[in-house]
Amino acid sequence: MTTANLDQLRERAQFIRTETVRLIEIAKSGHYTSVFSAAEILSTLYYHTMSISSDPKWVDRDRLILSKGHCAVGVYPILADKGYFPTAWLDNYARIGSPLGDHPDMRKVPGIDFSSGSLGHGLSIGLGMAMGLKQQKSPGRAFVLLGDGELNEGQIWEAAQAAAHFQAGNLIAIVDRNGMGLDARTEETMRIEPLADKWTAFNWQVHECDGHNLSELVNTFDNLPSNSDKPQVVIAHTIKGKGVKYMENSRLWHLGYLHGADAQATIEEIIHYEHA
Amino acid sequence: MSTPEQLIPADIDLQETESWHLGMLRTQAHSAIAARVLADLADQNDRLMVLTADLGFSNRTIEFSYRHPDRFFNLGIAEQNMVSVAAGLATTGAIPYVATFASFLGLLCCEHIRTDLAYPNLPVRLLGHHAGISLGYYGTSHHATEDIGIMRSIANLKIVCPADAYSLEQALRQTVDVEGPIYFRLGRGREADAYLPGEAWEYGKISVLRKGTDGVLFANGIMVSAARQAAESLASEGISLTVADLHTIQPFDTEGVLSLIEESRNVFVAEEHNTRGGVATAVADAIIDARVDGVKLVRIGFPPDEYSVIASPYQLYQYYGLDAAGVAERVRTSMKA
Repeated sequence: MTTANLDQLRERAQFIRTETVRLIEIAKSGHYTSVFSAAEILSTLYYHTMSISSDPKWVDRDRLILSKGHCAVGVYPILADKGYFPTAWLDNYARIGSPLGDHPDMRKVPGIDFSSGSLGHGLSIGLGMAMGLKQQKSPGRAFVLLGDGELNEGQIWEAAQAAAHFQAGNLIAIVDRNGMGLDARTEETMRIEPLADKWTAFNWQVHECDGHNLSELVNTFDNLPSNSDKPQVVIAHTIKGKGVKYMENSRLWHLGYLHGADAQATIEEIIHYEHA
Repeated sequence: MSTPEQLIPADIDLQETESWHLGMLRTQAHSAIAARVLADLADQNDRLMVLTADLGFSNRTIEFSYRHPDRFFNLGIAEQNMVSVAAGLATTGAIPYVATFASFLGLLCCEHIRTDLAYPNLPVRLLGHHAGISLGYYGTSHHATEDIGIMRSIANLKIVCPADAYSLEQALRQTVDVEGPIYFRLGRGREADAYLPGEAWEYGKISVLRKGTDGVLFANGIMVSAARQAAESLASEGISLTVADLHTIQPFDTEGVLSLIEESRNVFVAEEHNTRGGVATAVADAIIDARVDGVKLVRIGFPPDEYSVIASPYQLYQYYGLDAAGVAERVRTSMKA
């Protein structure tokens, strides 16, 4: 475990946000706020927590399944930064023939561990990976980034049940608890609370943290048990649209397009945002 | 893992009567061959795994579990989760065989098969058993008369429909290393042998089981036996048919199918599936794409705008004309018309 460089993680989270604005301007529409709520989570996983190498196919690597596949636009810049593909790919984001689309394709994008987009599948996929890795006695772990609205999907709970049954201690779910789906707050659309109690009842070990506080995220992930029989879930309390004031907790920006001066002003805001 | 002895109480002995329980299915079902073949293959190949959804006694995968308990996973009654778990396993190098009713794979798990298996082209093998109307009076929820139509429209997915125990074994053995996902459409597992000793079965190629001059009858699955018997009885009436097992629906053996149609434009397709979207449609696609003129195509299958009446499987086959007599009658009528 390396010592976390919180300044670096903060800078990378900012990079994820600014690149998201840049890429979506190329495509002319995209999921800003779903990336922004997960920016610190992604920064911590890719730049601190996950055991990955310069080879995106390394068999013993930790995997990350973007079950909320619509945050992929924020992950592509990280993967390019890791050297998995040329940064020039980003400049043609979502243009015809690009490997990079709004939802990620594992066959086209080095570093994407599974194709996603249809919500509710990712925890099962991660469980399958965790079971396979365990069978091979690999140290690799499967991380699954879940949206909170996604928890309405029944299959999530099928997977939760099975993960506990198969004692998949190398499976780590992260709930990006930004409190919002596309239409409204999750608790208005379809209530998911009491969330921690639900995971506990499914026999998971539950961790909670402020999903924008890098020190809390680092500590939470650092302290995951290495030899547990229980699957682990991190409920990361976040704000949808975090980092851009006019987007925070807004139901208008699940999808959108920032053009020209608007994109530039938003990037400036991200750079100068005062994080608590 | 419980042993077979623990699972099957010793004090129940029904051998002298017509009664039966789940533990006895292994003496009746050739679908048990799948478990045995997979267990044999798994002896040589540590990538093989078997998953089921609380149907291990029905599909006999339980017998695989006795030999490879560490590579058998019962996912409970949660089929969609099972298919996605298999996808995750496959990314780590496994070749998972996923067994449950065809109705649940082909319909309930359709999107999971498309998105999690076919789109990433992962080597997961789906064993959809009790396909068609073979579950009889268990009813429409347990029938699969639409699965070929659904599966056939999914890119990267192979579809194989073996007719009997021998062809099932061949199908499994010949496809272990085939790239990407495969849907094996299996029957109830009590079908009579459709192949004669020495007849070849090759993945991806039609099996020509009989040659005739008046027409060509394609069949697969349980309909192969019916087609052969129908051809025998028609021969005694002076109608000479070619019979071919079109067991591999994807990749489709266009060349093999068209070469037989080249010999006779009277084409019959017999399938335990809706006549809309199934094997007959696949044959029609080949005919249209190749612009073959003058073909008279007769579809023998399940009526596409109905749900099944209640009856035992063999009563249903008779009722819907999906037995030898029914096939022969359709051919006879068509040849006279």
